Amino acid sequence: MKELVIIIMGAILVENFVLSKFLGICPFLGVSKKLSTALGMSGAVIFVMSVASAVTWLVFEFLLKPYKLEYLQTIAFILVIAALVQFVEIILKKFMPPLYKALGIYLPLITTNCAVLGVALISIQREYSLLKTVLYSFGAGVGFTLALIVFAGVRERIEQSDIPESLKGLPISLIAAALVSVAFFGFQGLFN
Amino acid sequence: MSALKTLTNGLVKENPTLRLVLGTCPTLAVTTSAVNGVGMGLATMAVLIGSNIAISLTRKVIPDKVRIPAFITIIAGFVTIVQFLLKAYVPALDKSLGIFIPLIVVNCIILARAEMFACKNPVLYSALDGIGMGLGFTMALLIIGSVRELLGNGTLFGVVLTAKLFSPAIIMILPPGGFLVFGIIIGLLNKLTALQVRSTGCQACELKCGASAECKEVGA
Repeated sequence: MKELVIIIMGAILVENFVLSKFLGICPFLGVSKKLSTALGMSGAVIFVMSVASAVTWLVFEFLLKPYKLEYLQTIAFILVIAALVQFVEIILKKFMPPLYKALGIYLPLITTNCAVLGVALISIQREYSLLKTVLYSFGAGVGFTLALIVFAGVRERIEQSDIPESLKGLPISLIAAALVSVAFFGFQGLFN
Repeated sequence: MSALKTLTNGLVKENPTLRLVLGTCPTLAVTTSAVNGVGMGLATMAVLIGSNIAISLTRKVIPDKVRIPAFITIIAGFVTIVQFLLKAYVPALDKSLGIFIPLIVVNCIILARAEMFACKNPVLYSALDGIGMGLGFTMALLIIGSVRELLGNGTLFGVVLTAKLFSPAIIMILPPGGFLVFGIIIGLLNKLTALQVRSTGCQACELKCGASAECKEVGA
């Protein structure tokens, strides 16, 4: 039990996907301008990450491994993720229209979010069991959400500040991200 | 469009990293040293040239509706090849780049060039575009990697340079340094060229990775 808690908390704080592993930077910089869009995107990412890593784990364990096709994992995983995102979109549209309305526009963008493929690959690399894989991906998604929300708050303050012309927009966002990243650095060594 | 212009487009004017701000994740993650930066740049360039050629060759065969999955499959194939080559010939680099080698598949630069260039242009131009964009990416990673290695470790390509000048600030090769150096370099570039960066990441555009609604032959 303790081990599982460490996996989740570690994924959220210590190895935060955005701020210490550099996965999913594009949506981090792209949708963190407004808190509401940040929340929508985060919800979609947590959901897709958890489902995708479970499915890719099953594909790896029961399809690639028995036939010694492990080297095809990159191709197999990206196709599984792309198909899954489409599938999730159709299911949500049909059975859960309110949720689809909230997450719908973010779903197609997730296929090219490297955090989703990243979490699947890392789980396989670390030889996690199915339960650990799902928990780790869920934690990684929550960590993404946390970083996004914190950064959206920082960005709203930046908007009202006086910034040198050439640093406006992306450069100042990156520099602010560096400071947020320093803050998360404090969690290093939380678990031994 | 002349061949030379296609080749040099990616170097400065439309530098994928510093101007279009595509492929931010590998840019930040692997630039802890100049060698890693160049290695990642060259690996990505190899995939980019291969996928640009293959997509340009098959551009009349692939139906428009399924082109994105088809492109991704082609790209993933080339990534797997590059992964094997790196493992066989430069295992040390393969180890230090780690998970970011398979993640070349989702590097927006590659899908963006497939969508914006390779599926509309003949093979030779697509190959040149791949070389130019690949070099532009490598160059950007080299610059960021050199700055971070010099400030964070006091070395450049592993050679000690600043032994008696200052003690290295380790934070530069840690994650925060990546954000900081990248931000300052883009800011400096803005100052020097008085041009604003056009995009703020993949999600800023309406369609992912510069995808146009349809893929049409230029002049067709």
